[in-house]
Amino acid sequence: MTDPVLHLDDIVKTFPGVRALDGVSFSVMPGEVHALMGENGAGKSTLMKVLGGIYQPDGGSIHVGKEQVTMSGPLEAKAKGIVFIHQELSLAEELSVAENIYLGELPRKSFGRVDWRKLSDQTNTILQKLNVGFDATTRVGDLSIANQQMVEIARALTVDAKAVIFDEPTASLTDAEKVVLFDVISDLQKEGVGIIYISHRMEEIFKITDRISILRDGQYQGTVNTAETNEEAVTQMMIGRKLDLSRNETHHELGDVALEVRGLSCGKLYQDISFEVRRGEVVGFYGLVGAGRTEIAETLFGLRDPSAGQILLDGEEVRITSPNDAIARGISLVPEDRKGQGLVLGMNCRDNMTLPQVQDLTSGPFVAEGAEVAIFDQYRDRLDIRTPGWKQLVGNLSGGNQQKIVIGKWLSMHPNVLIVDEPTRGIDVGSKSEIHKLLRELAAQGYAVMVISSEMPEVLHVADRIVAMYSGRIMRTFTSDEVTEDSLIQAISGLGGHEAA
Amino acid sequence: MATLTKQQIGTVLAKQGILIAFAVFMVAFTLANSKFISVDNLFSVVRSSAILGVMALGVTFVVISGNLDLSVGSMMSFSTIVVLDLHDQIGPALAIPAMFAMTLSLGAFIGFLVGYLRLNSLIVTLGMLSAIHGLTLTYSGGQNMDIADKEGTWFSVFGQGSALGIPVPILIFVALAALLGVVLAKTPFGRKVYAVGGNGTAATFSGIRRARTVFACYIISAFCVATAGLIQASRSLGSQNTVGQGLELEVLAAVILGGASLLGGSGTIFKTVIGVLILGFIQNGLLLIGLQFYVQFVVTWVIIILAVWLDIAAKRGKLLSSIA
Repeated sequence: MTDPVLHLDDIVKTFPGVRALDGVSFSVMPGEVHALMGENGAGKSTLMKVLGGIYQPDGGSIHVGKEQVTMSGPLEAKAKGIVFIHQELSLAEELSVAENIYLGELPRKSFGRVDWRKLSDQTNTILQKLNVGFDATTRVGDLSIANQQMVEIARALTVDAKAVIFDEPTASLTDAEKVVLFDVISDLQKEGVGIIYISHRMEEIFKITDRISILRDGQYQGTVNTAETNEEAVTQMMIGRKLDLSRNETHHELGDVALEVRGLSCGKLYQDISFEVRRGEVVGFYGLVGAGRTEIAETLFGLRDPSAGQILLDGEEVRITSPNDAIARGISLVPEDRKGQGLVLGMNCRDNMTLPQVQDLTSGPFVAEGAEVAIFDQYRDRLDIRTPGWKQLVGNLSGGNQQKIVIGKWLSMHPNVLIVDEPTRGIDVGSKSEIHKLLRELAAQGYAVMVISSEMPEVLHVADRIVAMYSGRIMRTFTSDEVTEDSLIQAISGLGGHEAA
Repeated sequence: MATLTKQQIGTVLAKQGILIAFAVFMVAFTLANSKFISVDNLFSVVRSSAILGVMALGVTFVVISGNLDLSVGSMMSFSTIVVLDLHDQIGPALAIPAMFAMTLSLGAFIGFLVGYLRLNSLIVTLGMLSAIHGLTLTYSGGQNMDIADKEGTWFSVFGQGSALGIPVPILIFVALAALLGVVLAKTPFGRKVYAVGGNGTAATFSGIRRARTVFACYIISAFCVATAGLIQASRSLGSQNTVGQGLELEVLAAVILGGASLLGGSGTIFKTVIGVLILGFIQNGLLLIGLQFYVQFVVTWVIIILAVWLDIAAKRGKLLSSIA
């Protein structure tokens, strides 16, 4: 039995009113990929901040190798061989790859001049190990996100890393780029580095990790060998109950056509789009990023002008000129980018939720705050939003609860057509299944729902019909009975041919 | 409640930092010169702060909406000169609305450029600072403006009058602060201003007309500037072309001292009023403890930077930010 490279023992961290970490222990062996899983708010980030010295623990100890250490900050952690690869990249775009990697510790010649040759040699040695297609002098801003992430990883390799922590590393990578990342991880593994891998994506966890440790509500739930468990068991440990991942098999009584689109085009973004959504129906829009789905939603919400085609609401042709106009006609859009488009993070929960209708929620010239609180309470209960109260700033909530605020905001407008764009991006499995269930329920209540998603299980799970898009065109429309994963993948890759009829 | 924890004290400091700083200044100056706290002196400070204060009310809206207004100083000179000139030409009863109309058009122009054309507010209002100054000089032919019959006009009431023993400029400042405070805190429009400044994209996605909201903020700012110009003109009944010069920075300082974020989305009218008073009392206090007038410019800014630093430090929980 070898000794762990990193061992956390009985770590406790409390914040006012919250026990964020309650006696968490776990260890990473050399050459092991160890997944850390848990819902948003389970304490993963807090634990990593303790490890990186950003928070000081209130109890417990950290051991690197055999030595007990106190981390005073990320620099000290790095010096001790603990390296973090963050989800959000922190690179200087205008500088070269080499300058980014050795930022702050550039090799020097006499008179403090930078030794460019040495810098470039050192960098290229590392880049070769990573097997990437760029070199030391490339400007970082010219690289793809995946390659920028490689630069972050290269940065980690400049020290004698004992443990490397990857925090949601694949969030913005394509499948091909993921393969490269996994190769890098397996190389690190061979060198005896311990890897902590944080991710929500089950298929990755089961593909690359050796063991899985699970946190729930700040408590350590246990560690399992990946080979001896399955998704369901892990999920159950994470959320404390079973998860419904079945295909959508219930169908509701369909009502009239609420939204019909005929031959809609918008320049090069999408062309000749026709579909209809009935009341009581969920129509999924599936395709790759850039297939034009979000742009269709933005057109329906009055954010873009179509260059051709018709939009009909309840059978009547309409021209939607602004979001304000769309809202007045009963269209709601839960946008793709929760933080950028959906919420004012510095505003409280209540104000965010009532923002689209604040003009109408008045008594005399003033905002009727009582009515606002009533709306907030209603949707907090209905969507099970967990927050200490409406005064809480939305920026302090977890991703899943933030998303529920956005959904609540649009449900409270009682729309005829509800468009949701990537409703579960970046939120944990528990909230994810709640949101799926909610979308089904909304359809059952007679809403016409459009769901745009890049996740196949999601569209399969929630949609009655699936519109497959490729490069701005509809390739095929499937009913949930006829759809298969293969045919869906073919359609969104442009292989399925155009829809007949 | 039991004893306060360190964290709770930190929260109180972060939230009420500016009020605490205000109290500390007041005590310090009173200890240095007991005249400071006298009723006469307090009144005189508030009265001399009224013009700055009225302008700061409008700029608060602009700043919360995520923009800047650096043109208020030269716009105030413009209003003052115009109303003084028109006073003798068409009489005060017509001169006042005419001046308001002209100032509001300037505000509308800026609001159009920043709101509808989406130009950067720093560039636009910096340009307008200079352009309006030129406009004022052109209008006045470079001359100072004086009312011919200074004794026989009721126009002086806005700057020199008083009601119930309270000077009219103070009454105007208080009334306008109360009105705009309610507009900002309690009306749908106020909510939209916060939303647009907090996250303009999310506001647009919520059906808020961002351009219109920003436009309205500049109209409010121009209205406040016109009011300030009216008080200024009425107080002196004559004026130089450059009477408002430099005020844009003092106004901005007061708004920032009050705790509004230059990034938009936060701030309140009440806090701005506190900011205005702090600025006024600091300048007055420095005079009373016998500092030369010119030293004030330096000391004022040192104190402002100190206050802003303490405010930020309280929010992030330590005095120096770490690199990582």
